[in-house]
Order: sequence, then C-alpha cells, then structure tokens
Amino acid sequence: MTHEEIMEKLCAVFQEVFDDETIVVTERTTADDIEDWDSLVHINLIEAVEQTFGMRFRMQEVSGMKNVGEMADIVAQRAAAEPPKKKKGLFRR
Amino acid sequence: MKELEYPFDSREILQKRRRIRRTLLADGTPRIPKRIAVLSGSTTSDLVEILELFLLNEGIVPTFYQSEYAQYWQDAMFDAPALVEFQPELIWIHTTSRNITEAPLPLSASLEEIEAALDRQTAHFTQMWAHLSARYHCPIIQNNMELPAWRLLGNRDAWDPHGMVWFVEELNRRFAAYAQEHTDFYLHDIHYLSACYGLDQWHDATYWYLYKYALCLPAIPEFAYSLTRIIRSIYGKNKKVLALDLDNTLWGGVIGDDGPEGIAIGQETAEAQAYTEVQAYCKAQKQLGVLLTICSKNDPENVTFGLSHPDSVLRESDFVSIAASWSPKDQELRQTAQTLSLLPESFVFIDDNPAEREIVSAQIPGIAVPAFDSPAACIRVLDRAGYFEATTLSVADANRTAMYHASAQRAQLQQTYANYTEYLLGLEMYAEIRDFTPMALPRIVQLTNKSNQFNLTTRRYTQSEMEQVARDPNRICLCGRLRDRFGDNGIVSVVIGEIAGDTLHVELWLMSCRVLKRDMELAMLDVLVAACKARGVQKIRGYYLHTAKNAMVRDLYGDFGFTKEKSFENSDTTWLLDLDGYSEKNHVIRVNQEEHIHDT
Repeated sequence: MTHEEIMEKLCAVFQEVFDDETIVVTERTTADDIEDWDSLVHINLIEAVEQTFGMRFRMQEVSGMKNVGEMADIVAQRAAAEPPKKKKGLFRR
Repeated sequence: MKELEYPFDSREILQKRRRIRRTLLADGTPRIPKRIAVLSGSTTSDLVEILELFLLNEGIVPTFYQSEYAQYWQDAMFDAPALVEFQPELIWIHTTSRNITEAPLPLSASLEEIEAALDRQTAHFTQMWAHLSARYHCPIIQNNMELPAWRLLGNRDAWDPHGMVWFVEELNRRFAAYAQEHTDFYLHDIHYLSACYGLDQWHDATYWYLYKYALCLPAIPEFAYSLTRIIRSIYGKNKKVLALDLDNTLWGGVIGDDGPEGIAIGQETAEAQAYTEVQAYCKAQKQLGVLLTICSKNDPENVTFGLSHPDSVLRESDFVSIAASWSPKDQELRQTAQTLSLLPESFVFIDDNPAEREIVSAQIPGIAVPAFDSPAACIRVLDRAGYFEATTLSVADANRTAMYHASAQRAQLQQTYANYTEYLLGLEMYAEIRDFTPMALPRIVQLTNKSNQFNLTTRRYTQSEMEQVARDPNRICLCGRLRDRFGDNGIVSVVIGEIAGDTLHVELWLMSCRVLKRDMELAMLDVLVAACKARGVQKIRGYYLHTAKNAMVRDLYGDFGFTKEKSFENSDTTWLLDLDGYSEKNHVIRVNQEEHIHDT
C-alpha cells in the first residue's frame, strides 16, 4: 500500500467517524483542526483505523501521535509487518 | 433499521454510529422517552452511545445519567443530587469482575474468612439495590460477573475457594438468588455473553489500560444489544409470534417433491438431527408462551403429511394458525396477523430462503426477519436475537396456544347461531372483575406493557409503579378475567382510575384483543361505575390518547355513552360520563358470581 493510498483510506475513515463528508485530512492535520476531535472520539477513530487496516496501535502510540502523518507512518510500518487478518465477526465465524 | 437488526456488523455500527443516529432521529418514528441512569464501575461513554442507537431502533428515546468514573456505589448510596434530580425510570448498574474488591484471597485464608469476604462483597451490592429500589421505585438492571482474565491456580481456580473463578461463580449465584426473590430486578448475564464472545478477546486489557473499559471496544455493540433485549422486554416491546416456513426450515428437503418419507427429520442422519433440534427449540418457545404459526408455500395436505411424520416434534396442534398456499408470504403473514388480532410487526419470520426473507422484511415494516444459513445457525440466531426475552413469566404464558385454539372453536360456534347476542349467550361467559391482587400483578404488568390496539392511553407501568398504584387509596384498579365454555382466557382487561373530587380520571383502560366483541368492556364499565358509586364518585372522565395503533378504540367512550368534551389536533379526545341514571350495559356475561363457573 502506498502512502497516498493510506492517506486516502484514512480520509474516508475520518469522514465516516465524524459523519462529515467535507473533512479532508493531510499529514499535518491534528486534533486542533477538527472541531469534534476530543478524547472520546479519539477512541473511535483509533478503533476504526485499526479495523480498516487490520492492525493494532501500541498503547504508547495511541496518545503519542502528533498528527495524521505520524498515524499514517505507523499504519504503513504495521501493515507491512502484519498482513491483515481475515475479518471475524462475532457468531459468524 | 437494517444495520441494527440481529445479526449485525459490530464494526459498522461502531464506525458509522453518527450517521446511524442521524438517520434514526430523522425517520419520524414515534418514540417513548425514558430516563436511564447508568451507575458504573468503569468507562461507559461508548456503551451509552451504542445503547442509544439500539433503543432508538426499538422506539425508545433515552436520556442518560452517567455516574462519574467508578462512582456507582457512592452515587447510589448517598443519593447524589444530580441523580435524585434526574428521577431515573430505569437504573442499570454496570459493574464487572474488575470491581470485585474482596477477592482473590491469599492461600492462608480460612474458609470462614472466605465466607465473610463473600458476604461483604454480596452486601456491597444488595444494600445498594435495596436502597435504589426504595428510593426510585424503578426497574434495576445489574450485570452479573464475567469470568476473570487469568487463573492463578489454573484449573484448581474453579473449585478451590481461594480461586477467583470460584469466587465469581459463587457471587453470581448470590446475585441470582436476589433476582429470584425481588421483582423489577433483572440480571444482565455478561457471564454468558462474554463466553459467547470469547473471553480472551473480551478481556483485551489494552482497553482497560488506555480507557478503563472493562471489555474490549469491539464487543460493545453485542453488549449494548444484550442489554436492549432486557429493556425492550421491560417496556413490552417483545415479539409474540414465530412464523415458520416448512421446507428446509423445519425439515430438510421439499415435501412436495420428496414426499413425507423423503424429508430429513428424526435421528437417522446428521441433517435430520439438526432439523429435529430446530423443531424442539421452537416447541420449547411455544411452551414459554410464544405463538407458532406456519407460513409456507405448499399444498395444505403436505403440511399435514409433514407434521404427522412419526419423527416430527411439532404437531399441527402446536400451531395457532397454518397458512399453506402459493400467495406471497407478506400477504399470508398480514392475513394471519389479522386472524389472530395481532400486529404484523409482532411477528418473527423464519425462512431459509433469502429471497422470501427479503420480500417480507421489505413489505412489513417492523417485522423481524433474521438471516441464517443452516439449521444450527437458525437456533443460534433466534436465541441470541432474544425476540422473546422472558423478563416476566406468568402462568398465562404456558397456556397461550390453548387459548388461541379455544378462540378458533368459538369462531366455529358463531357460525351456528342466528344472531350475535345468541352466540354470546351460547358462550356461557363468566367474568371475575376485581381489585388488583399480588398474584395477578405480574400478568397485569405484562398485559399493560404489551397491549397496543385496545388501549385508550397506552400508558406503561413497571412492576414497582404498578404496586404503588395498587396501594394508592385514591385509585380504583380493576382487572378482569374472562372464562367461557371453551376455556379460561385469563386476565384480559385492566382499568385504572384516579379519584379527584367527585370525578374519576381514567388513566388506563385496555383489553386483550383476544376477547374483542364479547362485551367484556361493558362488564368492566358496569363494575367500574359500581365501584365509583360506592366511593361517592359522580363522574367519570375518559381520555383517548391517539397512537399509530389504537384507532379501534377512538370512539369507545362515545359508544359507552360518554359525552365528548374536547378534541385536539393530534386526534386526542376527552370524554365525560355522569353516573346519575346509569344503567347496566352488559347482558351477556355473568360477573363475580362464583357458583356459576363452568368447567367445560
């Protein structure tokens, strides 16, 4: 997955989580740039990114990322290291 | 909404929750508001957000009170002013084994010390429940405890009283004992839920360390749905009917092609065993009061052949209606609903064919049409979806199918009489119309919370509220039971009025549609008038609060001889009856005369 593809997918995740199709994220986007981005939404966002890319953030990364660019970097590293797992819903194995 | 129907995609719900919420709130569905207090020992924000979606989908608009982090006990025991002011209509206590403080105990602890620790841990909760119940008189939902994430003693943890597994199981048994002895107290079985989910995933501690969630975030939709099952049942939103397809749903194969000897049912093959278990599951639901119907594209004689198969668990007599034809299934279902005087949305439709499921769910709003792809999945999905969650069980539930059969016999009798009054007299009806009794209360609450059509105000009461109403000296409460030569219909009508000055204000008047057109409402009115006169009440004021479902009683008070006082734009009306000169209206039902009971 290229960096552009990751940014594109991230943008879609942001739009979905914030329910706002006008949101455009760049590598420099931070929580200050999006009005609703508080600590509660941050949890959903992390979860949605993890589900979308089939990877997990480390605990210290969850609160340590400075901007979306860093998020994309971690996704790129992790996605390369761990192939995405097959989605497994509950009761539908 | 499709996204929220079981079995759902948890990931989608979590991720698209904002859009789902926006869509639900914009769909124009009438919903009842409820104030729900969440007293918790861990973080609840996402739980509450997702719970809101499921409740909106069930026709409930919740407002939430959330205790400060882990302040559940303090809020409850010291009457937190914000909680008191909130006036909860339902309290959910979200505690988990993370909140156990008295265990694990060191191996040096004696059995007496362990027993004492268990007592203290139990009292921590029971005192809180008793306090909340006395303070707020509302239903309380309490999680039981999930198994711990690790076992210091390994397998020994299960049987050694020093083990955490032993302690959790023991505490759960004590919670269960409390639930058995108290009404309006409901255990939310997260012990079972977490096992279904998978304990290792459930206990992913990342979510605890990062956010203080006592379960993993992806499990939250399953959790919220499980809780919703209890809440919708408390507020009378359970389904009532299981409408079943036949070929490849209740047996393997197509009876029209394979013949009765060719279908898979019984113990001979794996496939046959699977369908036998589906039938046994449905039959067990019937014994809990769920009505079974057939909705099959078949020739009628094939239904008889299939259900009289020696290995068939279900028999024709287990069904209250059998629709076998080649008409579209949505039409068949509507027809069946009409015959049974039930709403089509109170049905769950079970069919192996995705195309039939699609048509029915598209044509009948509100009906449940779960998707499944094998007999085993059919049972599991039905079971987890919890359409018939049994928060209250009354004696009447077990007899419900018999009551519907009796009503079919009555319909036959009707055809042999020249006029309707003669038919009613021929039914030899006997009614007992009395004050509420403690014995009758569970059935009264159940009936009150699920009656929609013959219901003038559609007010709902929890068990505790109903107990309070029954004790209130300013209220007249009547429940009516109707028997006839074909059987006992049980308690079928409830009326509650509040006396203010010389007037009785009727806050609740409802009747089961099972006894429509039997003049039972007239018998109720006669007894109500007599009760009013005995208390010196001179007038009765009736209220009709219009809903999407109760148009059939729009003019009930007018038919009773009340005078219309006011009409409102939303179709609500108020009515007044002067009791002076009232003459009895029921002439076909004997009322409150024990010696005339017919036992036929």
